[in-house]
Amino acid sequence: MRRLIRFAVGLVALAALGGLVLTRPAALPDAAFAGVTADAGRGAAVFWASGCASCHVAPASAATDRPILVGGQVFPSDFGTFRAPNISPDPVHGIGAWSVSDLGNAMIHGVSPDGAHYYPAFPYTAYQHTTLQDVADLHAYLLTLPPDATPSMAHEVGFPFNIRRAVGVWKLLFLKDDYVLTDAATPQIDRGRYLVEGLGHCAECHTPRNALGALDRAQWMKGAPNPSGPGRIPAIDPVSLKWTEQDIAYYLETGFTPEFDSAGGHMARVVGNFARLPASDRQAVAAYLKALPG
Amino acid sequence: MRVVRSALIFSVLSLAAAPVLAQDFSGAVKARQGQFNIMAINLGILGGMAKGTTPFDAAALKRSADTLAAVSMIDQTPLWPKGSDNMAIEGTRALPAIWDNPADLGAKWAAFGAAVPAVQAATDPATLGAALGAIGATCSACHDANRAPG
Repeated sequence: MRRLIRFAVGLVALAALGGLVLTRPAALPDAAFAGVTADAGRGAAVFWASGCASCHVAPASAATDRPILVGGQVFPSDFGTFRAPNISPDPVHGIGAWSVSDLGNAMIHGVSPDGAHYYPAFPYTAYQHTTLQDVADLHAYLLTLPPDATPSMAHEVGFPFNIRRAVGVWKLLFLKDDYVLTDAATPQIDRGRYLVEGLGHCAECHTPRNALGALDRAQWMKGAPNPSGPGRIPAIDPVSLKWTEQDIAYYLETGFTPEFDSAGGHMARVVGNFARLPASDRQAVAAYLKALPG
Repeated sequence: MRVVRSALIFSVLSLAAAPVLAQDFSGAVKARQGQFNIMAINLGILGGMAKGTTPFDAAALKRSADTLAAVSMIDQTPLWPKGSDNMAIEGTRALPAIWDNPADLGAKWAAFGAAVPAVQAATDPATLGAALGAIGATCSACHDANRAPG
């Protein structure tokens, strides 16, 4: 009997230890960026494709070429209220003291420089696809932007979601590192997949979520409730969206739909970002959307 | 006596408040949506020329661009009465944020008007396309904070 209890206690301890190991924040190897030469000019394109400014500029600030990424925008959710942090190059309140590996760990593993899990409101579920070259270029570009010493504001997240380690469990369950479109038939579709599923993190709004806030990959791009108010984010899968590839590329450039209505809400910012990318990238996004299974 | 007076004041206030509560914004909403529809129709004509799906036609360009100029001169003040936002009434995507800063709406509308002369001056699909891109940016600049997704 005593033996059985000891065995049971041991089993529980092992499970707890296993849990701790499994939910441990991951990190890139130290040498990951050895041999990668950063180019801030190329980083600008990574920056706009990733839409960093859309969430990290101050609330209600106008679009500019050199945004101040002071944070402060509020993102309500079923789990609490998240506030975008300061990611300007201020060394104390922003990311000015971050190494390129710190940015890589944040984007690819969703882990902060001090080894804590980020909440997936920061879309590392998409950013994990970012190439190390693009991380390095983006890091170099971010450091060229204007610094701002405003402290970041804390999230308002209640129990049990305020246990950061629990995010490790969430990652185990929902952080899928494979692409949804498994077969990119052409280099253009491959580029589009990188832009849509990766940097552009389009699914964050265009795909519905399950009860724990994870994207429902079976309903990929089939539209979802607007996370920040009334209305719905439209479906953009090829069955729902009848626009031609040219229509989609033109929309991403100008914000005009084929009926010459104009993008609203957060999508207006996305258009502002994509308008700064090469035409080939907008066409790649269009090609990807048309390549999705119907 | 005091109670009676209070009751009287209250009922007078209620009477005064009643028309406000029942206020019908449909005229203002139809008018503002109508002007956007006129914009969309003419942007569609111009956009077809810019994209090359319809032949470039200088006379048609002038008609549509002049229409945009005319729309840009419509005074927006009476079209956006307070309380006609998407939280308060059906049939609009206008966000309450508009009324937090009404002057901003005026500035954004003026920016649209300022982008129209380049459309009027366009001489080929390329210059027209660039001018329409600038128009689109002024649409987005306002829709960003003021219009809910459809």
